Amino acid sequence: MSTDKQAWGSRVGLILAMAGNAVGLGNFLRFPVQAVQNGGGAFIIPYLICFLLMGIPLLYIEWASGRFGGKFGNHSTPYILDSMVKGRVLKYIGVFGIFTNVAVAAYYCYIESWTMSYVYHSLSGTFEGMSQSGIAQFFNNYVDISKSSTGIPYEAVVFYIACLLLNTFILSKGLKGIERVAKIGMPLLIIFGVILAVRGLTLGSSGASELFPDANAWDGLNFLWTPQYDSILDLKVWMAAAGQMFFTLSVGMGTIHCYAAYMSSKDDIALNAVSAGFMNEFVEVVLGSLIVIPIAAGYLGLDWVIENAGFGMAFQTMPYLFQQWGPVLAAFAGLFWFGLLFFAGITSSLAMGTPWIGFMRDEFNWNQTKGAWSFGLLILVMGLPTVLFFQQGVFDEYDYWAGTVSLVVFAMFETILFSWIFGMKKGWAEITSGADIQVPGIYKFIIKFITPVMLIIIFLGSLFKPLNNDWSGNVSSFLSGNGWTLDNGSIVKTIMHAGIKEQILAATDPMIISQLEERMMYLNFARLLLIALFLFISALVYFAFLKRRREGRATL
Amino acid sequence: MNTEALIMMLTTQGLVTALTGYFFYRVLTTKPKAEPDSYTENDEEEERQAKN
Repeated sequence: MSTDKQAWGSRVGLILAMAGNAVGLGNFLRFPVQAVQNGGGAFIIPYLICFLLMGIPLLYIEWASGRFGGKFGNHSTPYILDSMVKGRVLKYIGVFGIFTNVAVAAYYCYIESWTMSYVYHSLSGTFEGMSQSGIAQFFNNYVDISKSSTGIPYEAVVFYIACLLLNTFILSKGLKGIERVAKIGMPLLIIFGVILAVRGLTLGSSGASELFPDANAWDGLNFLWTPQYDSILDLKVWMAAAGQMFFTLSVGMGTIHCYAAYMSSKDDIALNAVSAGFMNEFVEVVLGSLIVIPIAAGYLGLDWVIENAGFGMAFQTMPYLFQQWGPVLAAFAGLFWFGLLFFAGITSSLAMGTPWIGFMRDEFNWNQTKGAWSFGLLILVMGLPTVLFFQQGVFDEYDYWAGTVSLVVFAMFETILFSWIFGMKKGWAEITSGADIQVPGIYKFIIKFITPVMLIIIFLGSLFKPLNNDWSGNVSSFLSGNGWTLDNGSIVKTIMHAGIKEQILAATDPMIISQLEERMMYLNFARLLLIALFLFISALVYFAFLKRRREGRATL
Repeated sequence: MNTEALIMMLTTQGLVTALTGYFFYRVLTTKPKAEPDSYTENDEEEERQAKN
């Protein structure tokens, strides 16, 4: 039913686009931080096991489901799932595969716009002579939309809209536009990453200063890679490793299905899936571990890194560290660092646009241009609150529900549907059809039993996260009949704003109480927006169903 | 760096790099299937047209 035919130009282009979809800011920022917080070198063992038992199976499932749905002219998850399993309700599970992309793209474009802005600031020398706290404050001022560092009023909003326009324009060019960006962006990202990684590896103790006399990049690498075998027995480390799989591989989103839906059933998906998956692992495990942590440890010392490791280091710390290399090298390092983050971001955000465009084309005959600009408008409506009310927590609320919980829920459902309802016999035939490599037969067992169980455990683990993330302690307590105490970060307690309510009860200053109450209001506002988006997409799926029924194309 | 960390880092990164290189090499060197396939850039190559 498409009004314009979309197709990939080349196999390498498709793999780079898939790898670009997977490679995101998390590869450089989340992975090393997770490793630091979860036993250093011990983290890599559960991480790699989770990659083999959950990451690769999910890649196979999503590539195979996408290509299967594509045979019936479906390019987004509601009707991809519908073509696999007949049932009125199942297409609404597929709504997650559009919802997550729209909601994540809404705030992800904001981070992407920071990287654009920071490339500009690095090249124009804004950070020259600034202290570490000055650069951290620069970021805080940047996200306070009433302040401007360039003289442009509402600078953060301007960069956000510029970034959104760029994404929309590229999306309007179709798969060819996305492929061209991936073919330029991925090699540049790797080149920039290698240059910075070499610096991280060779910095040693040359960055030590009077303030941080013991700073040594090797300490950072030591901490990151020394195996602490006792933490392998800690369930918390396993949960963190499994959680990282979703962020790093972009599984559970619906983008992989959409990209694979443009493939013919006689072409390989098995080799393509592992090739794109391992390319992502290379960027994460090799490049991601050699930049932020060693460079930060090289100038600020390991203690500072352990205390401050977090997402904010990218914008609040790295520009300061680059300044230690002199103004010219700092400008280049800023260009490389924020440039690689920008390419990592844009190749992912472009992927997030394709399920919506594919759905509107398949169901309502919208052409690529109309689909792309409607996506841009939707992102603007959903994304502006994350920009305007960033400091009130709207951004983080989107990230929690759309960028974390939704991924796990959808991945769990799609895995159960694929292996148990669609069935492993058909599923395995779909994975191996046209395969250019021999897929190990053990994966039939893993996909049917291990992956679904792991996903159910992760989902239940998020729902009932134990107090202080102390899994081992709480499991013992539960088994000995002493109950299970929920953490405020568990889904159950997050829904009820338990953490904020506790803070309100503990506070005595009326001003702080009123600030906390105001924060709760903004978080509820963010939730309402997300619920409205989910209902809106569900309504579109229903109208599409009615249209299909009128045309005699509905499956049920 | 201590020896244990160095071994862990070199083994992991070496393994990941080798597998990435191997799979990408396989992609580059595997003979494409006959037309019609999923990719448009090679549509006109004569030797790839399906034989009737």
